[in-house]
Amino acid sequence: MTDEPNLEPFDEAEYRRRQRSRANLMAWMLGALAILFFFITIAKMQIFA
Amino acid sequence: MAQSLTHGETALPADWRDLFALTKPRVMSLVVFTALCGLLAAPGEVHPVLAFSSILAIALGAGASGALNQWYEAGLDAKMKRTAGRPLPAGRLDPQTALQFGVGLAAFSLFLMLFASNWQATLLLAVSILFYVFVYTMWLKPRTPQNIVIGGAAGAFPPLIGWVAATGSIAPLPVLLFLLIFLWTPPHFWALALFVRSDYAAAGIPMMPVVAGEQSTRRQILFYALIMAAAAIAPWPLGYTGALYGWTAVVLSAVFVLLSIQVGTRRTGEGDTMQPEKRLFAYSIAYLFILFGAVVADHWWPL
Repeated sequence: MTDEPNLEPFDEAEYRRRQRSRANLMAWMLGALAILFFFITIAKMQIFA
Repeated sequence: MAQSLTHGETALPADWRDLFALTKPRVMSLVVFTALCGLLAAPGEVHPVLAFSSILAIALGAGASGALNQWYEAGLDAKMKRTAGRPLPAGRLDPQTALQFGVGLAAFSLFLMLFASNWQATLLLAVSILFYVFVYTMWLKPRTPQNIVIGGAAGAFPPLIGWVAATGSIAPLPVLLFLLIFLWTPPHFWALALFVRSDYAAAGIPMMPVVAGEQSTRRQILFYALIMAAAAIAPWPLGYTGALYGWTAVVLSAVFVLLSIQVGTRRTGEGDTMQPEKRLFAYSIAYLFILFGAVVADHWWPL
């Protein structure tokens, strides 16, 4: 007898939901980092001016 | 090595909440707080944006260390009740994702620190991440009951990094704060190890109560509590802090030692609920928070 791998049924709706939630989070984080890097640059320009 | 815990060809993408849990957010809160106190207690002024970015870099570095620790210990975590529900042993996350997340986060934290602060703080942050992952997690923890004693150095870095991020150099006060966390770690973790001893034994981790026995661990908790109290009070007579910090340290450390005497001198029987050990563990967390708060308060409002 061979052991069949116990695969969970593929839930496409859940797959898409997780993909969307991670993509949204990534977009917010990249936006926040762009703003943070902008302000770091401004702060450094003030210090070294 | 981390065991493969993936389950199926159609594995779902990791939920961001599981990636967040991988960073050990509760540990991170103590890291962020002590780093912030180190930064705020430093002489001179730091631009708020640069201060925020430095603390963020330290938090991300700590999160990366936590993620890499969980990646490496997934197999061990699965054997312990306390950690079996974590994303990797529970099978909600695959090890490859955890590894990539941890390495990526570590690299980014160093980049952010270098960009926002200075190379000295970046070097210290890199050393603390490497020390936690390679020296503590991979080398010491599975091999010696002294794992917590030496590994405690990894958790002691944040106030030092915070200070160096603000000033670019090391001074005696942050070194004493490093020493304080270093000496605080053994009684804190051994109190925990006493009441989750069976968990550690089941996973084969050589924690002090498992290897040296309960009585020896209790004596060592008391020993470390005494030298920790001396290290906590030391900045006051040495002139690095004022009376506000000094009296706070004296009172809080006295309570810590009293709770440690309670733990250090008692014997337990079958079915003991380990209340003194749980009390010491909970108090030790509050102790560190209040003491570091006092360092900053003393710097801002010296008596």
